[in-house]
Formats: sequence, structure tokens, C-alpha cells
Amino acid sequence: MDNIQYSAAVEYAAASGTLSSIWLLFAIPLASAAVLFLLGRRADKWGHLLGVASVVATFVLGLVYFFQLKGLSGNRSAEVDLFSFMPVGSLKVDFGLLLDPLSAVFVLLITGVGSLIHIYAVGYMAHDPGRRRFFAFFNLFIAAMLLLVLGNNYVMLYFGWEGVGLASYLLISFFFDKPSAATAGKKAFLMNRVGDAGFAIAMFLMFAQLGSVNYDDVFNGVNQLTQGTVLVMGLLLLLGACGKSGQFPLQAWLPDAMEGPTPVSALIHAATMVTAGVYLIARSNAVFSANATLQTVVVSIGALTLLIGCVIGCAKDDIKRVLAYSTVSQIGYMFLGVGLGGAAYALAIIHLLAHGFFKAGMFLGAGSVMHGMQDQVDIRRFGGLWKYMKITWITFGLGYVAIIGLPPLSGFFTKDPIILAAFNRPGWTGWLFGGAALLGAGLTAFYMTRLFVLTFHGPKRWTDGQHPHESPAVMTVPLVLLAVGSVASGFLMSTSVVDWLTPVLGKHAEEHGRLGHWTVTGMTMAVVALGLAAGVLLFRKGTALEEQPAGPVVTAARNNLYADTFNELVFELPGRYLTRALVFLDNRGIDGVVNGLAAMVGGGSGRLRRAQTGYVRSYALSMLGGALLVVAALMAVTLG
Amino acid sequence: MDPSYYIVLSAALFTIGAVGVLIRRNAIVVFMCIELMLNAANLALITFSRMNGSLDGQIMAFFVMVVAAAEVVIGLAIIMSIFRTRRSASVDDANLLKY
Amino acid sequence: MSTVLALAGEVTTGEAATFYILAPIALIGAIGMVWARNAVHSALFLVLTMLSLGVFYILQAGPFIGMVQIIVYTGAIMMLFLFVLMLIGRDASDSLIETLRGQRTVALLLGIGFAGLLCTGLGRAVGSMTSVGLDEANAAGNTQGIARDLFTKYVFAFEVTSALLITAAVGAMLLAHVEKVKAEKVTQLEMMRARFAPGNYPAPKPGPGVFAATNSVAAPGLLPDRTVAGRSLSALVPTRELTEAEAAPKGTEK
Repeated sequence: MDNIQYSAAVEYAAASGTLSSIWLLFAIPLASAAVLFLLGRRADKWGHLLGVASVVATFVLGLVYFFQLKGLSGNRSAEVDLFSFMPVGSLKVDFGLLLDPLSAVFVLLITGVGSLIHIYAVGYMAHDPGRRRFFAFFNLFIAAMLLLVLGNNYVMLYFGWEGVGLASYLLISFFFDKPSAATAGKKAFLMNRVGDAGFAIAMFLMFAQLGSVNYDDVFNGVNQLTQGTVLVMGLLLLLGACGKSGQFPLQAWLPDAMEGPTPVSALIHAATMVTAGVYLIARSNAVFSANATLQTVVVSIGALTLLIGCVIGCAKDDIKRVLAYSTVSQIGYMFLGVGLGGAAYALAIIHLLAHGFFKAGMFLGAGSVMHGMQDQVDIRRFGGLWKYMKITWITFGLGYVAIIGLPPLSGFFTKDPIILAAFNRPGWTGWLFGGAALLGAGLTAFYMTRLFVLTFHGPKRWTDGQHPHESPAVMTVPLVLLAVGSVASGFLMSTSVVDWLTPVLGKHAEEHGRLGHWTVTGMTMAVVALGLAAGVLLFRKGTALEEQPAGPVVTAARNNLYADTFNELVFELPGRYLTRALVFLDNRGIDGVVNGLAAMVGGGSGRLRRAQTGYVRSYALSMLGGALLVVAALMAVTLG
Repeated sequence: MDPSYYIVLSAALFTIGAVGVLIRRNAIVVFMCIELMLNAANLALITFSRMNGSLDGQIMAFFVMVVAAAEVVIGLAIIMSIFRTRRSASVDDANLLKY
Repeated sequence: MSTVLALAGEVTTGEAATFYILAPIALIGAIGMVWARNAVHSALFLVLTMLSLGVFYILQAGPFIGMVQIIVYTGAIMMLFLFVLMLIGRDASDSLIETLRGQRTVALLLGIGFAGLLCTGLGRAVGSMTSVGLDEANAAGNTQGIARDLFTKYVFAFEVTSALLITAAVGAMLLAHVEKVKAEKVTQLEMMRARFAPGNYPAPKPGPGVFAATNSVAAPGLLPDRTVAGRSLSALVPTRELTEAEAAPKGTEK
């Protein structure tokens, strides 16, 4: 898959004109977050409005910069070095920003979808006393995410990476008085640390081998490295990407992250933050394309994760958990895309953008359903809701059609090419990965149909005490806009974005593999129709309200394929015993030595103290003894 | 006989004084023992003066006497004030500074 | 006197005879001072030793210092000791029974060892020296010789000694002086005013157990209407409710 494109030197043009102020992009939401944090309760009344305004302003600014960038001829990039960030010996990291086609589309996705979700959250969090705090965290997230995509070196990326991790932790644990939410936040934070450690070591490796962590230096220098070094560096970067994006083996935190408020799930854990891993790999395409083994690993992880997500998604009954596993699965598709390399990088990015629209829309739709159903999340207790919340039904439906990939919605234009690219991978692995992606498409159609049918159709299974109703306009308008996005984005982006990204990801001639475009489309349509039909037939009449006994596969899927059990057994249990042993060693061994020494000195002093009798004659006696010794010594020296 | 016999006598008197300090409890007797030790030192000084043919030793003895006089005045006053508050002249009774 | 001084360089027979008579007396005086049970006897033994030493000083061509020894030391200082002994009197500290375990044995052993070391050391250092004698230094008279050195060579030390003596005199006054604080005399009029001042209860306090079924200190005094008299409650003794058995008639009432 090596492409001659990458041997050309990567060069970024210095920013000029309006583009030199791109730091405003993250500065505006950061300032807003700071105001909301520092003013505290005094900002309670208008804090959410400031939050929304700052993100919308950032979006407008992003659009301006986008068109500025588009107007540039030749090398479309703008690099700004704000100040020296970490000058340590020969390591010189600048606080540098880079706006190029790849970061520009991410800026638009983050601020665009972010604006809609901010507006939605105004309605969703209307009755929550912590709304100001929520918007402060949300703005902090936007700022950190923009810093992540705007950095011109890996340290800046890491800075934003940790920033979004912090914001994610704060927002998952937003309802911190709920033990499950607090635990979920901690779990997300800890599992992300595993990936972050890999990312950090990858940066150390870059500095050790190439002497720089700037994108251009790394990408230009990667060809001089040995294959082994590239493989290790890539695997470590991949570990970081897996942690942030909830890919195997670090996928277990993402479903638990749904404990946060629904807008958080939509923005952070569906549309933007979890795709940071994909961004990392796409940004580092020079590294990943330089080693074939590395690409195989990425593809394998993508394929495995997309199947894991689909299988578990089929067995879950919690509307947000199903969507979460669907996210895991869709990011698996993106990893598959970036792993395939070549032209598939761009496919993964457009799938990421389209996914940002339809998944955010579906999450917000789920939030709207919960809003109308008194925070009920169990899809077995919905049913027939289409009559009561029509806008939610239609917008959710459009997202649903988009994700399963029916034409002419976005999923069709973004997912099918990835499946095609997987089939066209040379060798027998092409059949394996293509088959996995195809199977995933069928399963996606099945579980999304199950979700959709059980929620909006069939007999009503909710109690009479619940009065389902449509959400206010502040929530439905973003839904409509996102639905429009999920309908139109695929077709609009399928060619334009690929061309737009060419300077970053390279130009690739259309490859003609073993299977033609229409063959794969036909096969995909067939499995999707199969899954859809199965879903409709099975769940048309509703489902039992309680969990039914099931075979080993379903039980395993209900238990997240035992990922948590595995983590607990293999990592937590030995860790617990290790800490117990260390505590024992500390108490008995180290403290024993210290306390024993202290006791020895104390006891010895206690005995020595008895020499102080208070009798002046005893002291005089010892003085005479001392004098005797002195005279004896003197004589020994002078006379002896 | 030799002038160094005086030195031997002086050493003997000094030792008797030192032992007296150690075994007597009456503060005044202890004080007298110290005076005896000073006198023994004086004897040694005067003998050295004679042996060296210089009056410096005698002058030193003279100074020792002056200092001894001052010391006796202060020491006896201290013993008096201790006796006044504790009704005892025993050095063993003043043993509060201990463990 | 002049014959004695002339012989200062080496030991004459007369001096040796004097030494052999007086040295044992000095030793007996020293040992007797330590040995004597009575502190007055100790002082007198010490006087004996000091007189002997005074004679030795004169023998060794130091008539001035010998006279000072006899007049100032033996005459004045030792009398001061006797005065203090007279003030303090005899007490248990005069006893010779040792109270500290092993003190006497160890003291004797150390003393013997110390004396042995001193004697050998000084004997070896001094024994071979030839005695020069003070004939030359005392040519103009012993007192004149000392005066010459004292007011020239040692004049500063001499002046400092005067300061020492003054300080000692002032210190002794300070230590021996007792401040007599006159207690504030309270007149009968003031006592009466304080008694009837507001906040003070002029009558005697009721005792514990007055009018009560028990005379325990812990039981409060009762007023004639059988309520508790607060003033009879002790701040130190916690009050307690009487048990049934304690409150019951004891059978001693008439």
C-alpha cells in the first residue's frame, strides 16, 4: 500500500492575514468556560446563553477560516507558532497551531454539531440546578477538542487529548451524587490513561529517534526509521487511539460513559471526542502507511471491534447503551478504513463526519424520548411512541436509515465504500475483513431496526402514569438540522471532501479490485434488507417486559462479551492482591524497621536516662573518673 | 630530702580533698574539701616557685587565695539561701534536676 | 628569718626535720577533716592543715605568702566557715553513712588511682630538676619582690581581682538578703463592707445534709420547705438522686 505520495516532503505554509488569528478558535470557548467557572453562581441565570453564544461564534469563525483556507492557492495550510511551550534542552515544543484541510473539517464538525447540541442542551438541562456548571464543562470540552485538532505537533495534540479526557470525565460524572455515574467517570478516566500512556511513550520514541515531535519533522523523517521502530511507534499510537475511541481491547468504558447527560453522550461519546483516535491515525497516515504489519493490526482491531459492537448491541435493552455499542461498532468501521490506507483514509473521515451527524441526531432523539418518558431508558417499556412525538420519530428514523446505509442517505455513501475497500484488500485477508464488514452491516441493520421498532412502533408497553409528549422547539430544531445533515451529508461529501483532503491524505487513483462497486453494493443491500426484515418480523409485536432466559451467545452479549469480567480478573484482581501485599510489606516491613529503630532509640534513651540521678556527688564522681582518664592519657603520651 | 617531696604531699592533699568532695554530704564540709584542694595546689605552686627561682609561682598562689576568698563568700551565701528555703545543708537533697 | 631564706636553694637539715614533723600533721588534718562526723571538728582539722601549709610556705622562701595564708586563710576565711556552721547547726547531713550505692568504694579507688598517677607523673617530671632557689629573686626582700611583680607585670590581673572582690561582696549581699513583703492589712471596716456588699451572702453557709434524710456530703442541704439549698451544693462533689433505700427512714428517727 506504500504510495509515492508520501515520499514528497510535508511542508506547512506560515499563516498570513486573517488566518494568523486561528488561536481565537479555542480561545473563545476557553474564555467562556473560565467566565462560567470563575463567576460561579452569579452566572447561573445567563451562563447557558454565554455557553451557546461562544460555540456559535466559534462556528461562524470556523466557517470564515474555512473559506479563507479554501481561497488559498497551492499549499492549503496555515501554521502559527504562538510561543515557546516547552523549551527543554534539545526538545523544543512550540505552542503551534495548524489549520489544514483535515483540521478544518474537524473544526467545522466540532463547532457545527457542537453548536446544535449546545442549543439542544439549553432545553434538556433546563430543570437541572447545575446547568451553568454543565455549560462550563461543555465549553471546556470544545476548547480542548479544538486544541487537539489544531495543534501542529504531537505535544499540542496530547495537550488537547488530555483536555478532552478531563472534560469527558467531568461530564460523565456530572451527576456525581449518583454512584454509578461517579464510577463510570472513574472507569473512563482510568481506561483512557492506559491508552494515553501508549501515546506518551510514542512521543518519547519520536523525540528519541527523530529529535522532534512536530508533524512535518516526524512525517518527513519516518522513512529513515527502521521498520521495527515504525511498528512500535505505530502500535503505541494505536493504543492511544484505541483508548480514546473505545476500540478493542479498551472498549469497555464507552457504554458506561452513557451515565452522563444525553447531550454529553451525543457530542463527546458519539460525534467528536471518540473519533479523536481516528483523527490521530489519519493525521499520522505517514507513519501508519509506512509499515504493512501495522496496517494489518489496525484493520484487525477495526473489524473485531465492529463485530463486538454489533453483537452486544443486539442484546442490550437500554436505548443509550445500544447507541453506545453502535458507536463502538461504527468507529470500528472508521478504524477499518484508516487501517486499509490509501484512498480509504478519506472514506474513514467522511464516514466519521456523517456519523457525527446521524449518531448525534439519534442520541439527541433518544434524549428527547427520555425527556418525554420521565427518563425511562428501557426500550422494552416504550412502543408506539410515533403518535406522540412525531418530530423525534421522523428525525430519529432518518438517522436510523442513514446508519444502516440505505440509499440515498449518508451511510450509503460512506459505509459501503469502506466495505468495498475491505474486500479489495489484496490476499485472503480481503475476504476476511470484507466479510466481517458485510456481516457487521447486516447486524447493524438488525439491532437498529430492533431499537427503532421497539421504541416507536408496536403496542404501547409503558404505564398509564407516563404521558409521552414532544420536546420543546429548542430541542427539536437541532434534531431537524442534524437529520438534514444525515440525509444530505453523505452525497455531498462523497466526492468533495475526498478532493479537499487530498493535500493531507494523498492522491490515490481509483483502484479496481477483485469485486466491482455494484457487486458489493448489491451484497450490502441484500444483508441489510435481511437484517431489517428479521428485525421487523421479530419485534413488530413488541417484546417481553422482563429479561428472558437465553442461550450462551446472548448471555455473553448481555454481559458485554465478558470484557468487564476479563478486566476485573486479569487486571484488577492481581492489582488488588499486589496492593494488599504492598500494604502488608509497608506495615510490617518498612514501618517495622522505622518503628523498631525508634523503639530501640527510645528504649535505650530510657535506660540511659537513669544515669541522670540528680545527685551532684555522682556527677562529681564521673568527673573524677574523667580527670583520671585525661591524666592517664596525657602521661601515656608524654612519658610513655 | 628533695623539694619534690612537697609536690608529693601536695598530690596527697589534693586527692584527699577530692575524695572528701565525693563522700561527704554536708555542703559546708564539701566546701572545706574544695578549700583543701586549692591549698594543695597553692603548695605545689610555691614549691615550683622555689625550684625555678622565680616569684611568679608565689604571685599565682596569692591570686588563688583572692579567688578562693571571693568563692567562699559567694558559696557560703548560696548554701545559706538553700538552707533557708529547704532547711537542709545536704547536697543529696538538692536532686530535682534529674530524669 | 634571714638564715632560713638564705638556705632556700637546697634543703637544709632543719627544713627536712620541719617537713618530716609537719607533713604528717598536715595529712592527719586533711584525713581528719574528711573523717570527722562533726563539721566543726572538720573545720578545726582544716585549720591545722592550713597552718602547717603556712609554715611550709615560709620555709620555702615565701614569708609574705605564708603570713597571708595564716592570717587571711586560716584566720578570716575559716572563721567565716565557722560562722555559717553556727548559723546552720548540725543536721542529718553530718551522718557518715553512705546512701549512694558504691559511691565510697569507687571514690576511694579512683582517688588512689589519681594520686598514684599524679605522684608518678610529677615525680618523674620534677625529680630530676635542680632547685634554683629564690635567693636572687628575694635579694631586695620577699615582700618587695612580690610587690614589684604585682604592680608591674601583673598589674592588670591585680586590678581585675579587685573587681572580682567587689562583685563577690555585692553578690553575697544579694544572695543573703531576704525581702520582707508587708502583707496588706485589712481593717475591720473593710471586712464588714465586703461582707454586706451586693452578691455576697452574709450568713454562714448551710452545711450539707441540713434537714435532709442523709448527712452525706453528696446530699444537698434542704431548706425548711424541703427544696434544695443551692448554696450547699459543692462544686467538687457531683450531686446525685437518693436511692429508694437511702431515702427510706433509717429507724433512728424518734
